Amino acid sequence: MKSAVIVYPGINRERDMARALELVTGKKPHMVWHGDSEIPDVDVIAVPGGFSYGDYLRCGAIAAQSRIGADLKKKADKGVRVLAVCNGFQIVTEMQLLPGALLRNAHLKFVCKEVKLEIANNRTAFTNAYKQGQIIRCPVAHHDGNYFADDETVKRLEGENHIVFRYAEGTNPNGSINDIAGIINEKGNVLGMMPHPENLVEPLHGGLDGRGLFESLLETVA
Amino acid sequence: MKARIKVTLKNGVLDPQGKAIEHALDQLGFAGIGDVRQGKYFEVTLAEQNPDKARAQLEDACKKLFANTVIENYAIELDA
Repeated sequence: MKSAVIVYPGINRERDMARALELVTGKKPHMVWHGDSEIPDVDVIAVPGGFSYGDYLRCGAIAAQSRIGADLKKKADKGVRVLAVCNGFQIVTEMQLLPGALLRNAHLKFVCKEVKLEIANNRTAFTNAYKQGQIIRCPVAHHDGNYFADDETVKRLEGENHIVFRYAEGTNPNGSINDIAGIINEKGNVLGMMPHPENLVEPLHGGLDGRGLFESLLETVA
Repeated sequence: MKARIKVTLKNGVLDPQGKAIEHALDQLGFAGIGDVRQGKYFEVTLAEQNPDKARAQLEDACKKLFANTVIENYAIELDA
């Protein structure tokens, strides 16, 4: 499985993402600068977490307008898998590759802790290694992770099983509507999530719960 | 040509920052000031001198960057 990680100024989780991808796939991902115009031919494109452009204007708003965005959009439309985590999730919602928006956390504080996630849909390319309804541990670290969409959009996400991860056991850390932690697009190839599965993939991290996501991708790409 | 852009949250979108400001007002004894909604304000200068073209350009910029129309409304004021 070939992968790429997009690097924007102010991003800080790109190496965590690269390490997780390499650990599971055995291949180093391409690191692609935001000012480039083309992403190499890969199976998975990761949009990592951090604070692109210092979160100026709105989180992810300026990164969404990067030069690389046109090719990211083109490849996403073609069906290339896109894994967008944390700031990456904010960037792809600003690009409208996924519906809704990430608002300031309801309690206004930055959260950096571990939460419980329910696998709300395991029939996706990103979650097939997990069991439906399985509860996993996962770290979160964000200030603007409060998922919001209008009633109609939320109804559609619920009805069409596009909610992939939900905060479980009362651990919703940010006030997200319906405990939404991660969603997928209609085509099933773009996943956005606030928690960081790439930070729970080796024993030194204190757990392996995030590995399943990368193993799922490996399984479906082969 | 100068213009001002106001970006405000749509009705029904939660505004935790507005709520916190409201709470602080309460603590300061401003009991009668409520329903605080925080927004953004931009001042810009345009090279375009034709008001219609300037407005069209700003509309486009608002949709693409100044506002996230999923959660925000925008209003443009052009100097006469």
